[in-house]
Amino acid sequence: MAVNFKDINKTVALVGTDAVAEAMRQIDPDVVAAYPITPQTAIVETFAQMVADGKVNTNYVPVESEHSAMSAAIGASSAGARVMTATASQGLALMWELLYIASGLRLPIVMPNVNRALSAPINIHCDHGDSMGARDTGWIQLFSENAQEAYDNTLQAMRIAEHKDILLPVMVLLDGFIISHAIDRLDLVDDDVAKKFVGQYKPEDYMLNASQPLCVGAFDGLYGYFFEFKRQQEEAMRNSVKVIQDVGKEYGAVSGRPYDLFESVGLEDAEYVLIALGSAAGTVRSEVECLREQGLPIGMIKLRVFRPFPAKELAAALAGKKAVAVMDRSDTFAGGMGGPVFIELRSALYEEEKRPLLVNYVYGLGGRDLPVQLVNQAATELGEIAKSGQVKQMVNYLGLKE
Amino acid sequence: MNWDIKDIKDWDWRKHPRGGLIRDAGNAKKFKTGGWRSARPLWDEEKCVQCLICHIFCPDCSIKTKDEKMTGIDYDFCKGCGICAYECPHDAITMIDEAEARKKEEAEEGRA
Ligand code: SF4
Ligand code: SF4
Repeated sequence: MAVNFKDINKTVALVGTDAVAEAMRQIDPDVVAAYPITPQTAIVETFAQMVADGKVNTNYVPVESEHSAMSAAIGASSAGARVMTATASQGLALMWELLYIASGLRLPIVMPNVNRALSAPINIHCDHGDSMGARDTGWIQLFSENAQEAYDNTLQAMRIAEHKDILLPVMVLLDGFIISHAIDRLDLVDDDVAKKFVGQYKPEDYMLNASQPLCVGAFDGLYGYFFEFKRQQEEAMRNSVKVIQDVGKEYGAVSGRPYDLFESVGLEDAEYVLIALGSAAGTVRSEVECLREQGLPIGMIKLRVFRPFPAKELAAALAGKKAVAVMDRSDTFAGGMGGPVFIELRSALYEEEKRPLLVNYVYGLGGRDLPVQLVNQAATELGEIAKSGQVKQMVNYLGLKE
Repeated sequence: MNWDIKDIKDWDWRKHPRGGLIRDAGNAKKFKTGGWRSARPLWDEEKCVQCLICHIFCPDCSIKTKDEKMTGIDYDFCKGCGICAYECPHDAITMIDEAEARKKEEAEEGRA
């Protein structure tokens, strides 16, 4: 459903998809090429309406598949345009080969991805299997807890992507249905504030620059420099940590909502810590705060940035903790290694002299609900691990019928 | 921009323009691809009537021309597809085996 945004100024009630569309309206990208897929459809539908209503100057390219959407985005971005698209699940999967091309060509494309499980069996509900599968495609990945963060992350993503030391594509992740289709209260910054924050895109290299011929996407040859280009990509990803933090601070200054790599509750005195990302962070926070009021030494970390993985920063934040539980809304099927966040965190903590005990809770696959009772169960088990110093089972399935 | 790649083989990974960009035009000329060829077109100037059909059909711009006349075949880029030979209305181009042609050339070079 299209929303009339005309009279909305500051505090609004919007579904997550419309919150993202609002950010896109304020960014006013030169080109949007997109294909509808549940639960992302409402983003591009609302945005297409904005284009039709003349609220943006965007060239909207309705393509016949997500493969084409990302291809068109890559072409337009190479030409020098500021480009966005949006997708979810199978759509993201269909973009696969292009995801690597976008990052390999260092194109600052911003793409909200509404997290939805990947088939089979066919399931349209939330889990992080789609974007976690794309974690090694060279895209920056920002997770959102609610519509507010999906909106804020989208504005910031443009700045991060286009930063001259980065020039990498960015995925903004929001949980399917839980965020995308639920009405949420959020604050939008004024248009002029948003526009000033995002700024103008002035690409250094672009194909439509007649005074500087440019070849994009050349064959690297049998004895080329592919290796060197990949190392540069890794360097850009490393540099992006500071840029993400700087942009988050700057965004805080104009909006009152500063952002960092992750956010925490009670780390100063917590002995054990729960880590979550996406919408589950809200449920986890509410339970953790409740348990802290009861005097339990528990804390939480909400991970916002998954790529680059803030390994050093997380290790520092978790130094001296007795036990840590990682909540993963996807599995890696690595054969007992646990979910992707767990695997990364475990690796990040390896160098620490005093490593906390680690336990993994895979939950919510295919949209399986995460009620507070389940978070309480994980928190209670984590407390026991911290007390006994023993992890009975490293990888656990929370909410699985067993 | 001055695209000086003389010592590119020794460049540190930081030096390359990001994303494999080439800030230059017409540089495909520097990357000779004729080595892929397994058949070689031979042009018989006597039979040629300068209709330039071969020039139009060659998918690789390998028919050399000067002042609107065909002047030969650019073996640095010709892939040996044989289209020119097939299209030539006067059988002025014939295809021969590339390996044998090379062997012969090498033998001749050896003699010289
Ligand atoms: S097609 Fe044959 S006759 Fe015509 S220009 Fe080419 S070689 Fe000569
Ligand atoms: S063989 Fe093919 S590539 Fe070579 S000159 Fe003839 S048409 Fe061109």
